[in-house]
Amino acid sequence: MTAAAIERRPLRHLRARRLTILSALAVAVMVAVVLSLMVGARPVPPADVWQALWSPSGSEPDLIVRDLRVPRTALGVLAGLALGVAGALMQGHTRNPLADPGLLGVTQGAAFAMVLSIVVLRLSSVYGYIWFGLAGALIASAAVFALGLAGGRGAPTPVTLALAGTAVSAFLYALTSTVVLLDQQAMDMFRFWQAGSIAGRDSAVAGQVLPFVAVGLALALANAPGLNALALGEDVARALGRNIALTRFLGIAAITLLTGAAVAACGSLAFIGLIVPHLARALAGPDHRWLLPYSGLAGAALLPAADVAGRVVAHPGELEAGVVLALLGAPFFVALVRRTRSPRL
Amino acid sequence: MRLQAVDVKLGYGDRLIVDGLDLGIETGTVTTIIGPNGCGKSTLLRALGRLLKPLSGHVLLDGRHIHRMPSREVAKILGVLPQAPAAPEGLTVADLVARGRHPHQAWYRQWSAGDEAAVEDALRMTGLLDLAERPLDELSGGQRQRAWISMALAQGTDLLLLDEPTTFLDLAHQIDVLQLVSRLRDEAGRTVVMVLHDLNLAARHSDRLIAMRDGRVVAAGTPHEVMTEPVLDEVFDLEAKVIPDPVTATPLVVPIAIRPRPTETSTPR
Repeated sequence: MTAAAIERRPLRHLRARRLTILSALAVAVMVAVVLSLMVGARPVPPADVWQALWSPSGSEPDLIVRDLRVPRTALGVLAGLALGVAGALMQGHTRNPLADPGLLGVTQGAAFAMVLSIVVLRLSSVYGYIWFGLAGALIASAAVFALGLAGGRGAPTPVTLALAGTAVSAFLYALTSTVVLLDQQAMDMFRFWQAGSIAGRDSAVAGQVLPFVAVGLALALANAPGLNALALGEDVARALGRNIALTRFLGIAAITLLTGAAVAACGSLAFIGLIVPHLARALAGPDHRWLLPYSGLAGAALLPAADVAGRVVAHPGELEAGVVLALLGAPFFVALVRRTRSPRL
Repeated sequence: MRLQAVDVKLGYGDRLIVDGLDLGIETGTVTTIIGPNGCGKSTLLRALGRLLKPLSGHVLLDGRHIHRMPSREVAKILGVLPQAPAAPEGLTVADLVARGRHPHQAWYRQWSAGDEAAVEDALRMTGLLDLAERPLDELSGGQRQRAWISMALAQGTDLLLLDEPTTFLDLAHQIDVLQLVSRLRDEAGRTVVMVLHDLNLAARHSDRLIAMRDGRVVAAGTPHEVMTEPVLDEVFDLEAKVIPDPVTATPLVVPIAIRPRPTETSTPR
């Protein structure tokens, strides 16, 4: 062992450092929000944004900011927050660094329910099929949990959950593919949904998903200490007085609400939930009480930032945020895989 | 006796491993369970630590059914360290030991002065104060095992169950861990139950031994009572000579040969 004496830092010092990082991430979210309000086909200077927000006069910049950019920015922050936290929860529960929030069939459940609602009910507004997307996410997740429960003893294990999630996702994807091949309108919606975007949504959409995200975040934070115990193995967690089944159930409920709300509103963006927790873990270490907030804020900064980038690179057109994230995320992911020490959770 | 097993049947699924066993753990002693691989000693330890629910019979902690007590309440009285536990990458020694305070925390009170003191005591007891900020995966096997024991200590329980705490350690580190166990009994008044494979270390560091074979207790008592040539024969099919340990006068096993058994008489169903 090395002889170098490591200075024992008091816990207070560590706490100050963690709060500083938390503030820095909050600032990053704010910067992304401001950029998202300013940048676009028609740039709006900060002074005009300010005026549009607090004393609108009905001018063109006012309308652009209030009707187009505020809704997509709000949705981007909410969905990024939700997917960042859901991704960290999912990787913690499965102890798998490659797990994304869609692993439990949530994404495919939402997709199938939305496609079905278009074909059967001829719904045409995003406003309408978000509810179906949420319901589909909940049903798929419940089915996966039940299957995972049937396969194991007592509490579902990460392995049975991942297997059940993969099976249910593949099944639902097959159903969705069949339906969209037969129906042009469903195909159009599905193609747009699959790319993943926060643009062009009604201002009511953010309000619609807000309660689900709020409840999901509360459950996620309540889940953090349990996840810390579970990270030491199920036997140690039980020895420390944890109810394993309850901890897992809480976590899955939070993942379902957060991911279901985000993908129903913005489409298939689960990739952000795969990469953001890795960034957060580099800053927070393995303590989920800090990892979850870090991951949420990083997601809330990254998704609007990707959306802004999509407006800049394809100017005067736009590239969907989901496409930008995948383009930027893929190299990051390759770097992650190539890391000499594989991350153990 | 604070921890007892009453007529417990233990197993996984339909595989019965322990078929009706009674046991009491003397308070303030170090008790070691010995026996061949697959004899049910780890299974018994898991049941005593309420990690495994008996198929029938019950485990009593302070006279109460341990499986009917709230798990968190048990966790304040009884600590369990499973075999070869694994920690997430990057976890520091201090963070690991702090997680031992889990049963004493609630969502509205994450960290108290009591937690801080317990963690510091546990680190001091295991000699890890200087390594507190080091990541666990940078430590040697012996240091890592001490860190895990330190976590169980920070839990602040009177009873401590250790499943093979010396596995994968070299001899010096094994002795290091067992001396720590003795100090836990002598200085902190803890009751320790552990599973060990090394018979001579078990005899030297235990007040009581429980020898098991095929899910039943063959002999229980002091090392002098249990570590005898007939018991070794019955438990391990081992022909051995038992002589007094020249240092501690505890029984010292000198193995001679494995005795072939003509027929298996007692296989568990």
